[in-house]
Amino acid sequence: MLASSGCELRQAMYNQEKYEPLEASAFFDDGLSFRNQVTGTVARGQMMLDTHYYQGMVDGQLASTLPVTVSQELLERGQERFNIFCSPCHDQTGSGNGMIVKRGLKQPPSFHQQRLRDIPVGHFYDVITNGFGVMYSYASRIPVEDRWAIAAYIKVLQLSQNVEFDQLPAEDQRQLQ
Amino acid sequence: MAQVFPRSANWASKASILAALLIVASILGVVLNINRIDYVSMVGVAIDQPVHFSHKHHVTGMGIDCRYCHTTVEVSAFAGVPPTETCMTCHSQIWTEAPILEPVRASFRDNKAIEWNRVHDLPDFVYFNHSIHVSQGIGCQSCHGQVDQMPLMMKAHTLNMEWCLDCHRDPAQFIRPRDQVFNMNYEYPANQETLGKSLVADYDVQTSQLTNCSICHR
Repeated sequence: MLASSGCELRQAMYNQEKYEPLEASAFFDDGLSFRNQVTGTVARGQMMLDTHYYQGMVDGQLASTLPVTVSQELLERGQERFNIFCSPCHDQTGSGNGMIVKRGLKQPPSFHQQRLRDIPVGHFYDVITNGFGVMYSYASRIPVEDRWAIAAYIKVLQLSQNVEFDQLPAEDQRQLQ
Repeated sequence: MAQVFPRSANWASKASILAALLIVASILGVVLNINRIDYVSMVGVAIDQPVHFSHKHHVTGMGIDCRYCHTTVEVSAFAGVPPTETCMTCHSQIWTEAPILEPVRASFRDNKAIEWNRVHDLPDFVYFNHSIHVSQGIGCQSCHGQVDQMPLMMKAHTLNMEWCLDCHRDPAQFIRPRDQVFNMNYEYPANQETLGKSLVADYDVQTSQLTNCSICHR
């Protein structure tokens, strides 16, 4: 008896009366300990009034500027996040030949076509946030700041594939000649 | 009255004392070591899941980064188990008829979470935090093993306290550069001893505190 009550006490410490992340709950009807936000409520930090930053829109139009300061750090962050979240389909150059496309997903348009070169940067933010065509929204997976970093990096990718010869650094010009 | 035991029975009483000691010692040995047995710690045992998800296929085959699904591993204690939406990002288009994926589609249709079975479950009095380990140069692989080679998920290490302390006493053995944390094919260099020490210093790892009880227990 002593031994069995000892084991119970030990178990009670191992599995305490608290929820770990995503643990199932017998208390709520839907079986989730994780509660969804009540519809129609706004939590702290969710007052997303800055339409430029949160929606990529300025005066009802797609923003053509970034609401964040561009820095080497931002672009490197964008590159890292692009390679994690976007490259499976868009591939690391943005041509749309990622591994998942090779396995049958509909090929996304290349970022290096004229239509997308001309499109305001807010478009990329909007697509990451709300999805587009067969692409799902990434809003729950990529925080707002990172979405802008990715949008900025897409612009870098576009430039990397479409640059005038005389805009290249002297070093690269010499290599090409 | 005659003696019950003859004098020649003395050896048996002496032997029984020794036997009793041996029995106590072996019981103690079992109690102290039982958690080190793979059968108990479940190391190398594939846990049954509602969907036979293969990390090997998705990581090695498709080249998907750990963070594509485990989105909060860098910022939170919990690495994050992806919602069904993440699976359906691809599987609404690919393998849409596959019977193996029916529980995923059902979950998406009925808005009901897939009930995965936990593989790595620490006792509730251990407050493990993914983000600090990832940001201080401990690779996924160091604790989770070659997940990129696992068709079915299993524990690669006991996760016993003794095992945690192996690293907490001397993290220089296992630390790697931050940009290599998510690299599943990282190979430790020959000079790990010196590189490890310099990384521990660079990342400001407080080695003197790593074995404090309150680092892991609250």
